[in-house]
Amino acid sequence: MTGTLNLVGYGLAAIGPGLAVGMIFAAYINGVARQPEARSVLQPIAFLGFAMAEALALFGLVLAFVL
Amino acid sequence: MRSMFSFRAEGDEFIPPSSKDFVLPPIFGDNEFTTKPIFLVIFSVIIISIFFIAASRKASIVPSKLQFAGESVYAYVRNDLGKDIIGHEFMRFVPYLFTLFVFILTNNIFGIVPLIQFPTMSRISFAYVLGIITFGVFHYVGIRHHGIFKYIKDILFMPGVPKPVYILLTPIEIATYLIVRPLTISLRLFANMFAGHLLLMIFILGGEHLLQGAIGLKLVSPFAFAFGIAITFFEFLVQCLQAYIFTLLTALYIGGALADEH
Repeated sequence: MTGTLNLVGYGLAAIGPGLAVGMIFAAYINGVARQPEARSVLQPIAFLGFAMAEALALFGLVLAFVL
Repeated sequence: MRSMFSFRAEGDEFIPPSSKDFVLPPIFGDNEFTTKPIFLVIFSVIIISIFFIAASRKASIVPSKLQFAGESVYAYVRNDLGKDIIGHEFMRFVPYLFTLFVFILTNNIFGIVPLIQFPTMSRISFAYVLGIITFGVFHYVGIRHHGIFKYIKDILFMPGVPKPVYILLTPIEIATYLIVRPLTISLRLFANMFAGHLLLMIFILGGEHLLQGAIGLKLVSPFAFAFGIAITFFEFLVQCLQAYIFTLLTALYIGGALADEH
């Protein structure tokens, strides 16, 4: 079997953002469950945090191909 | 397309799709400016124009179905992305946000439309152009609103912070405003579309390869195709989400540039 170690490294690097995205949405669901009327305020914040955390995973993906 | 042909030529060996599959050959001769993504951009501009001109041409108080469809997209961008995030001066930026949202959405959805099936934004240059335009817009707005010296001063020395912290904070702020923001906003869009298209290719081409194998492998291939279809729906979600996030971040950056303190 052949391949590059980059992809193994990317798999490891994706753990962090994966946990982060899970925690962000857990907090968002928690917030909405406690106070349903705060949903529209929390939604952009949750997606912004999600985008920030996801960006790290995607940088890893790009670097896995580039390097 | 390329990998489909190349793995047939190699016989049994399955060559997984790679980043080379995104480099499409020119359609007319050797002219590099006639590749598929460029025609997709032109095509998207044409269909967006036709749709919204048709939707707004005969505006009436009781909207037709087409008018309702056009207006609900517009109302979504204006209210949820413009008014809620930028604040009271939002109307000036609604045309830009709306164009951005519809343009990115259409070009992303090309990735799952049968016979087109190529997300334009999986070529990084298109994403970079959009990132650079957003970068220009939010700095221009900030400079016009605060005056150039106050704007730069607010970026370099964030008000309300103890002085020794500036040693650490100023380089971070400079990097954020000049490099990180335009780079992340375009890389995020590009990488999502790139990864999604790659995922679809893996499942569909893998399923096709299994179909050419032994009888046991043939029985497995429908599962690969079924997964490919499931991933297509997932991709649709991601494509809408990325158009939303790009517009949301643009609105946030503009809102940040307009705010009285950073």
